[in-house]
Amino acid sequence: MQITSPGFKRNATRALGDEQLQKALGHVRSNFIDKRAAAAAALPEFEALRDNAKAIKDHVLENLDIYLETFEERVTAQGGNVHWAATASEARGHILDICRKAGARSVTKGKSMITEEIGLNSFLEKSDITPIETDLGEYIIQLRGEHPSHIIAPAVHLNMDQVRDDFKKAHTHLDANRAMDEPEILLKEARGVLRDRFLNADVGITGANFLVAETGSSIIVTNEGNGDLTQSLPKVHIVVASIEKIVPTLEDMSQIMRVLARSATGQEMSVYTTLSSGPRRPEDPDGPEQYHVVLLDNGRSEMIGTEFQDMLRCIRCGACMNHCPVYHAVGGHAYGWVYPGPMGSVLTPKFIGVDKAGHLPNASTFCGRCEEVCPMRIPLPKMMRHWREQEFEKHLSPPAQRRNLKLWAWVAKRPTLYRLATRIAARGMSVLGGRRHRLGWLPVASAWTKHRDMPTPEGGTFMAQWKGKR
Amino acid sequence: MSREFILERIKSRQKVDGDDSDRRRAVEKRIAEHAPGILPAVPGTRVKRLKQFIDKAEAAQASVSRVSEQSMGKALVEWLRDHNLPAEVRMSPDKRLDGLRKQAEKKLTIKPAPGDGSDIVGVSHAECGIVETGTLALTSGPDNPTTLNFLPENHVVVLREKDVVDHYEDIWPRLRKRFGERKMPRTLNLVTGPSRSADIEQTLILGAHGPVRLHILLVRD
Repeated sequence: MQITSPGFKRNATRALGDEQLQKALGHVRSNFIDKRAAAAAALPEFEALRDNAKAIKDHVLENLDIYLETFEERVTAQGGNVHWAATASEARGHILDICRKAGARSVTKGKSMITEEIGLNSFLEKSDITPIETDLGEYIIQLRGEHPSHIIAPAVHLNMDQVRDDFKKAHTHLDANRAMDEPEILLKEARGVLRDRFLNADVGITGANFLVAETGSSIIVTNEGNGDLTQSLPKVHIVVASIEKIVPTLEDMSQIMRVLARSATGQEMSVYTTLSSGPRRPEDPDGPEQYHVVLLDNGRSEMIGTEFQDMLRCIRCGACMNHCPVYHAVGGHAYGWVYPGPMGSVLTPKFIGVDKAGHLPNASTFCGRCEEVCPMRIPLPKMMRHWREQEFEKHLSPPAQRRNLKLWAWVAKRPTLYRLATRIAARGMSVLGGRRHRLGWLPVASAWTKHRDMPTPEGGTFMAQWKGKR
Repeated sequence: MSREFILERIKSRQKVDGDDSDRRRAVEKRIAEHAPGILPAVPGTRVKRLKQFIDKAEAAQASVSRVSEQSMGKALVEWLRDHNLPAEVRMSPDKRLDGLRKQAEKKLTIKPAPGDGSDIVGVSHAECGIVETGTLALTSGPDNPTTLNFLPENHVVVLREKDVVDHYEDIWPRLRKRFGERKMPRTLNLVTGPSRSADIEQTLILGAHGPVRLHILLVRD
């Protein structure tokens, strides 16, 4: 997909002025936050489970090489195949090979961010294989030629009338004057159209929420049931999963499962949690004849042992973006690549380079809500700060910003001077602000004051107040 | 080979020495012990736990009828009638459904599973019910084809009270006993309520690609 992260500022400005988008983003603000809070409050063990979930993934990352080998051994023992892919292109190659060998023309897909990461759909299309997204949200955005704007609610940027228009355009075999004014009707229509696609697909591709080393199982967690039809009806099931999805045992998976749905949608449990192990057995009346797991690294192993290792605990629940004021304001597409929100601001610079994605870790208020709700206790703001440091060290930030930061650092290292300077600045701003107590323009920060007023400091500086109170 | 490349890179980043026998032992031990972690509290009595299972299943928009071994057929026929559904079901060959088959065959057309995707009602037998969240566990195989859990618009699941367990962690020992250590059926479905989507304006609608209705016949011991 086309990367627009370098144009984040432009993307954000456009998003803020987009009425449709702003209306749709209201659903994120109103829906996800209260539901997650209620689900967390209803489970007394929730915080302890978060600690345990974190500990499980930390243990896995310390032994990831061994767990991957163990997982592979179990998959193979059950008649499945594991394909290792160091890069996105290698993963695409494996998938195409499997599809070609199966003589595939049409491929159904369960919702999977990793196939977005490797740009699978456009690649398959170029190879004359038709990929069909079957998750309702993914189906809608595929019709529109868009990419997901949220990792678990891919069409959250759209309103119903837009979906209605898309269905009218795409489903030309249906009566043009049919009633289409309720979401229920639209869902039923999509169900009908996709049912045929499920039954006629040659290959089904899903992602994985977990890979269990103990049993060589891949797990998908969904609400619609599309992932299950995707993986049980075609002759071939391909699982595309990144290496950090491993958990040691079924018991460990159960622990993390308890925090996943609650953090994501506020459900206690998603409707369908499905464990798949190998191809159908000789006595089975249904299920795929082939089972393939494509294990993707794509730079993740480089994060181990670095300040970004904690990010590999991420279970893609979306809680960080659901609670992010920046995401609420600009939506997912503004981030300019596959992963939006705070988790995207950490991952995107890793995948496409901090030179291209430097705006993302900067577009944060550091309010800390993402870290507060992250079920895996990933220190997202800290990692965004690491990217800011790297950006600074690589001289990628704008010259004016660097100059000002250097000046600030020079003054900050001299306490007497710093106190004097802040006293003068606070006093000066207060005088200039007058009775409005606001400033419409500030030197150095004119880009900031262009869009809002700066409230002027009232009373003495912190240091002065501190002294006074003691 | 990418396999070696990936594994080597992980190892080099982990800053561990060449001898990884200690780590291997730790991994083997963890898998062999498969210790349960934190288990959410469930009510103290069996009666209350069964009630929680029903409450949770209903909160997830499933419906539950408590039936006896002898009244399963009648309950199924009545449920179909109450929902204006045809007197025709696609039923799993599971032996534990023989009683139901016998009781209902005079009033219903019973076709053998799996179906072709056009069935209105499917009937399966669950392996377990889980008190914690009102979840059903269904195993694939000749007895209960997995596609029957998803293709028909209405899914009726028979569950025995004795198979209602407290936590997900109670399923795994049962599977290990039945299939062997480190082995699984091809598919294990954990199902909590009927299929749904909230992808249009975050409005929750039941019946996405899987069943619109999920009805549980909970059979008394």
